[in-house]
Amino acid sequence: MDSTYLFNESGILLTIFLIAIPIIVASLIVLVKTYAILNDYRKKKNLEQFYERLKRLSPEEIERLEQRKKELSFSLSNKELAGDAPPSDSRGLIDNISHEEDIRFVPSKKKSQPRPFIEPGLTKLILWYLGCATFWLLFGTTVGEYLGIKFTAPDIDHISWLSFGRLRPVHTNAVFWGWSSLAMLGLAYYVVPRVSNAAIASLRLGYISLICVNACVVLGSLFLMAGINNGGGEYREYIWPAMALLAAGVVLSLFNFIFTIGQRTTKEIYVSNWYIISAMMFLLVIALVAYVPAWQSGLGETIIQGYYMHQGVGMWFMLFCLGLMYYFLPQQLNKPIYSYGLGILAFWTQILFYKLIGTHHFIFSAIPWWLQTVAIVGSVGMVIPVIAGTTNFLMTFKGSWNKLSGSYTLPFYLIGIIFYFTGSLQGTAEAFRFTNLVWHFTDFTVAHSHLTMYGIICFMLWACIYTIVPRLTGKEPPQIAVGAHFWLALIGLLFYTVPLMIGSTLKGLMWMDGKPFMDSVVMMAPYWLWRAIGGTLMWLSHLLFAYNFYVMINRKREVVIPASPIAILKSKEELEKQVLTF
Amino acid sequence: MKFFNDHFKLFGTALGLFVGLTIVVAITPALNNQENNAPLPNAIPLSKDAIAGKNSFIANGCVACHTQQVRNVDMDKMWGSRPNIAADYAANTRIDLWRNTATLMGTERTGPDLTNVGTRQPSVAWNLLHLYQPRAVVEKSIMPAYPWLFKVKDKVEEGETEVIVPEPFRKGVRGKIVASEEALQLVAYLQSLKQTPLPDGKVTPDFLYQKELKTAGSAGDGANLADGRALYSTHCQSCHQANGEGLKGAFPPLKGSPVVLGDDLELFVTIIMKGYDARPEYAVMNAVGTDNKLTPEEVAAIINHEKTSWGNNAKTVSPEEVKKIIDFIKITTEQ
Repeated sequence: MDSTYLFNESGILLTIFLIAIPIIVASLIVLVKTYAILNDYRKKKNLEQFYERLKRLSPEEIERLEQRKKELSFSLSNKELAGDAPPSDSRGLIDNISHEEDIRFVPSKKKSQPRPFIEPGLTKLILWYLGCATFWLLFGTTVGEYLGIKFTAPDIDHISWLSFGRLRPVHTNAVFWGWSSLAMLGLAYYVVPRVSNAAIASLRLGYISLICVNACVVLGSLFLMAGINNGGGEYREYIWPAMALLAAGVVLSLFNFIFTIGQRTTKEIYVSNWYIISAMMFLLVIALVAYVPAWQSGLGETIIQGYYMHQGVGMWFMLFCLGLMYYFLPQQLNKPIYSYGLGILAFWTQILFYKLIGTHHFIFSAIPWWLQTVAIVGSVGMVIPVIAGTTNFLMTFKGSWNKLSGSYTLPFYLIGIIFYFTGSLQGTAEAFRFTNLVWHFTDFTVAHSHLTMYGIICFMLWACIYTIVPRLTGKEPPQIAVGAHFWLALIGLLFYTVPLMIGSTLKGLMWMDGKPFMDSVVMMAPYWLWRAIGGTLMWLSHLLFAYNFYVMINRKREVVIPASPIAILKSKEELEKQVLTF
Repeated sequence: MKFFNDHFKLFGTALGLFVGLTIVVAITPALNNQENNAPLPNAIPLSKDAIAGKNSFIANGCVACHTQQVRNVDMDKMWGSRPNIAADYAANTRIDLWRNTATLMGTERTGPDLTNVGTRQPSVAWNLLHLYQPRAVVEKSIMPAYPWLFKVKDKVEEGETEVIVPEPFRKGVRGKIVASEEALQLVAYLQSLKQTPLPDGKVTPDFLYQKELKTAGSAGDGANLADGRALYSTHCQSCHQANGEGLKGAFPPLKGSPVVLGDDLELFVTIIMKGYDARPEYAVMNAVGTDNKLTPEEVAAIINHEKTSWGNNAKTVSPEEVKKIIDFIKITTEQ
């Protein structure tokens, strides 16, 4: 096939355009930062020259300067109006003044907001959820990293429990159910009671739910490695007893949340709760449909598989994370969401269109042709909720772009939003019949799932975690480590996905040309190596994240001598209390 | 709006919409498919060994890299003689209480499609060696090795199958390498993967997106001739190797081979079309030409590639000569 022909295909052009967006944004951020550093450097140079001149000042010049200084330093005594009374700030308008004298290599970012009142019991529960999630992130991506290495070194081990086919689902399921799902549930335990303005119904149910989900991942992973799986469908590899534990966990938390919403003291149900509760209900429906054997003989299994895998990502992870975004983004920007109505439009259209697109994983297969066409139409319909969501988030950002450079959480939000746009629309482009021809069955699918599950879901979850954990514990992570986490994850993701997408396009074209299959495997070797390198960067960023999380929950409190009037009075009060108890 | 402020109504509506759509796009088509579907009348059910082998295929997650679906697009022609239809998967039902149905259609083709691998590569010896160490037969393969499906013994007992592994891949293993029951079952499953021909009278679905034949401008300068190297790579290389030297004790060399260099074209073509089992020191060769429906032009291209590569330097043949012999073989086989 002619390569120029390829660039006439709208699906391909669309994808190239979409991939260019995050790269351009990242380059812009780098450019702005570099420019600032250069500017600083130039100013320093000028300063040095100025000092040189200072050394050679003549006595007359000095005298003139002294004279002028005297004139300029004339001032009123400040007592002309007030007399001798001490100054007062009766409304507390002047507060939290920060001083910045020297240029720092790591610019200091805005500190997290003071801790709102959260029940200590709930704080502990949320931290348990997030802690377990962090563990599964490390576990799951260590496995993923190892699998990536196996593409370039297939003989690295010969142990049955670690062979590629068995480990691959261990990786995907651990990051799905262990990391993302637990992190989402944990964050929901913060969001749902807060937007309902009510206490959580039951902490106990929360803990049982946590145990269920953890048990599901432990049990499921062990089964997979021992060679016991559900028969092949992606993300449906856990056998039903393991999956039943997950469902039980979600049911418990769902009841917990619905009771909490039932006791809400606000009239409206905030849109976050729409998304979160729906995601949980839908996951249960999906899991039930996927694990009930009644309609799964022959191709029925494949139709249900297409339904399951896509509803799993779109109706559970995506919907849930959007719900979290509708709370955390306005919170962090300290302004209301741009349009509540757009959020509602996105909600209903997401349900309608996302529902239809499952079978686009099996285009040209023996599945009924009309069902494939419906899937393609649904994929195009997804443009509506995606654009509605992206517009809403970006318009909320509007006017606050200056906050971006001063915050260590906002870049995570922004990248999450950008990948929400590009990753989702890339899915639409992939569903066209021609692009499917080139890309289906190749590593392009792997690249796409990482752009979305990692670029969207992980970045959004990290944004939320960095937002609330310091508020819950009052301890902040080291900013340099957060910055390193962000850049390693973003650059790693691009190194991972871009070579895979290029390589897999070439691979698809070779297949269409009827080249021997082995040639396409040999051709992919360098691209697989790049994938392993990108994967390593991503994995390193997770180590940093785990470290940051540890610091946020466990950092030793610095010895602080109270300085502000509030702190002085408070410590005096505490001191007196202690005296009383002695 | 009042409606949106009642959590039962709001969440009830969302759930209702979701469940309704689920029934329309997933459950109904699945049930419909199940009811109006049956295996082809001439389909051969899996043997007991093949069923056990399929379980091993599932347990080891082979579907992560191997699809089993020939799509109705031209590029999938290399994996089967016709696109798969729903009936091809009709025989799949739930495995047992714990595990779901496994159609094993797959979504990744990191390795070759296996729909028709039983026809393409039926050799037991090749499959066992390939499972023990893929790189022993396919140099650049990235498939995992499955040595735990094999036992090391001092003596091969009766009824056991020894695998001859070339020295560099033995990795210090002394003694005889013997295939376990599971390995043999897995190979039995792979051998059973053959496309069932459609019953007479049923129209074979077309392959879509056919490549346009380049007719303009090619004035018979060989542009339309079959590519011998590519065909060799697809059909012959996994046994006879890229360097034409074969594998000692398993697959004979073509470099310097009297059949390849000799003038007995009839023998040469017959081996390609009908297979070969005349030499006990080597594994049986299957009917590569017939199994893969190679045309006389393609067979001639392969023969010429073999006659002129790796230092071989023999007179090439024309497709017409080959066609004559193939036609003759067809007549004699039919009789």
